[in-house]
Amino acid sequence: MLEPGSEETRVRDIATVRVDQIGGTIAALSDVVRTFGHIERRHMEIVADVFNLTVAEIRGIVSFYSDLRTEPTGKRHIRICQAEACQSVGGRELTAATASRLGIGLGETAADGSVSLEAVYCLGLCTSGPSATVDGRAVPFATVEALTE
Amino acid sequence: MSVAKVPRETLAIALGADELASELAQAGHEVVRTGSCGLCWAEPMIDIDGIAYGPVTDLADLEAARLGPVDTLPDLARQERRVFDRCGRADPFDYDPAWLCSQLERDPVEMIGEIEASGLRGRGGAGFPAHIKWRTVHDTPADQKYVIVNADEGDSGTFADRLIMEGDPFRLIEGMLLAGRAVGADKGIVYLRSEYPLAAEIFARAIASARNMGLLEAFDMELFVGAGAYICGEETSLLESLEGKRGEIRAKPPVPAIAGLFGKPTLVHNVITLCAVPDILESGGANYAALGVGASTGTMTFQLAGNVKKGALIELPFGVSLRALIEDWGGGTRSGRPVGAVQVGGPLGAYLKDEQLDTPMTYEALAAIGAGVGHGGIVVFDETVDLVLQAHYAFAFCAHESCGKCTPCRIGAVRGKETVEAFMASAQGDDELAIIRDLCDVMEQASLCQMGGMTPIPVRSALGLK
Ligand SMILES: Cc1cc2nc3c(=O)[nH]c(=O)nc-3n(C[C@H](O)[C@H](O)[C@H](O)COP(=O)(O)O)c2cc1C
Ligand code: SF4
Ligand code: FES
Repeated sequence: MLEPGSEETRVRDIATVRVDQIGGTIAALSDVVRTFGHIERRHMEIVADVFNLTVAEIRGIVSFYSDLRTEPTGKRHIRICQAEACQSVGGRELTAATASRLGIGLGETAADGSVSLEAVYCLGLCTSGPSATVDGRAVPFATVEALTE
Repeated sequence: MSVAKVPRETLAIALGADELASELAQAGHEVVRTGSCGLCWAEPMIDIDGIAYGPVTDLADLEAARLGPVDTLPDLARQERRVFDRCGRADPFDYDPAWLCSQLERDPVEMIGEIEASGLRGRGGAGFPAHIKWRTVHDTPADQKYVIVNADEGDSGTFADRLIMEGDPFRLIEGMLLAGRAVGADKGIVYLRSEYPLAAEIFARAIASARNMGLLEAFDMELFVGAGAYICGEETSLLESLEGKRGEIRAKPPVPAIAGLFGKPTLVHNVITLCAVPDILESGGANYAALGVGASTGTMTFQLAGNVKKGALIELPFGVSLRALIEDWGGGTRSGRPVGAVQVGGPLGAYLKDEQLDTPMTYEALAAIGAGVGHGGIVVFDETVDLVLQAHYAFAFCAHESCGKCTPCRIGAVRGKETVEAFMASAQGDDELAIIRDLCDVMEQASLCQMGGMTPIPVRSALGLK
């Protein structure tokens, strides 16, 4: 028997809602990320069971999509655009300066979990770069100060 | 009471539009939240009783940001706004469905005839004639057909899909319903990238509102939000993704118009292609075809981005030159330095040099110089651009986004990236250039899709390889 409110029940519920939907596996796994911050192996096992797929298939999907993260982000999550329009206005320099200010590289999380830095490829703010997001909030004309303070 | 229009759009909000809206309301204005009209350089741009101001940083000093009467603003009035005519002018939810309902009575074959007469071509990148796909889906017998909107908009330098979905979502709903009527589909799905959360929120609300108005009884639609994969913008990868799988490319044939989502006939179009449909059906295919040059008919939503003073969405007939867009509309580079290179049509597009900027923006003229219109993105770099680094990025991006299905792309992109690194480190570089040239030939000729197949375009143009 599943305990109501347990993590397993919640994942099962998230997945069950999506079973007959278009793109249901991806939507369910996105919901797992939204709810738990990242996807763990035990989450994949439950989703696989609900969708009647193998864990390997679910793992294959998870590894394909960059939003379907398997590691937690830092408390503060910074994404910096690496694409061309932002490169043309100093995106590379911004990335390097932010990484060095935070003491972590792109794709890394600080050892104390306070902050993480991730690459993103275009936020659709290409007139006003370099662009970034901090905890999902868009930051056009980004500077090291705006991202780290 | 005076009416203040303030955009509810991602960029404007990031630059303070929500705060401006509440201050204006407190000061006694009737505040209307609109979309953005696309003059991104002027965001947050507000309109008070028909006078435009922007960028507005401080309401106390509004006059300093005065642009003039919005109806005669040259940056808007000189455009030919067929797709974006409503965007930024009104509350997008203040929608009267009467015109749409009248159109949904039209004869499907006659509608497809108008699309053919308009010469409309796909705005997602490939520029394929729309009417051929419409007729194919129409003529293929099936118990279920789909209209799928490609809103994956992954190309750097592009934001037209986002602007229209945030600012005039009913334009897309109109395009989908009209296309559904014409091809005989009763189900629509919008595949939106996850990097656009506000567009998702606004479009989901528009679907709910359309449903309340009774517009979705014969044709239902839903929104699907992707999970971060550039390759899912390629239509067969997108279909795999909608089937809940890894976004691996399918071999064509069969084309999606014959066997698409779950094997059913599927009309896949870019957002802007479908958003051109209402104007074509209202003003007539011939009227639309009168705009543009040759087989590049109608308007294109050019997006001027990167190192440019006045980045914006500019809707104009095909045929305008890149130089006119960058200099007259864009005001030159943001840095004030001379232009060094311009990448046209996204990450798989060519880097053009100054002497190529007089090329008219048409499918044919760009193809003649080895470039393409793509989704209309124009990314300006100033003279400090390091084109070797841009070639490196083109391979690196392909390596990062490759779906991994075919070897030329999966292995070639990684080898290409390493070889550009070796080229940068070597004194001579001739050997490395020869390898890069070979790799480009193999990727171009043997890749399963245009991800690998077109990566040679930015690489060769950046490195000056023929
Ligand atoms: C790597 C790759 C990425 C693509 N990304 C997009 C995209 O983000 N949006 C889009 O509309 N088309 C994209 N396309 C083009 C689609 O495959 C397809 O041609 C298009 O959606 C058809 O719609 P249209 O006829 O309206 O252009 C991409 C193609 C490739 C090869
Ligand atoms: S070219 Fe690249 S993205 Fe396209 S099918 Fe091959 S591996 Fe996949
Ligand atoms: S390229 Fe950075 S936001 Fe588009």
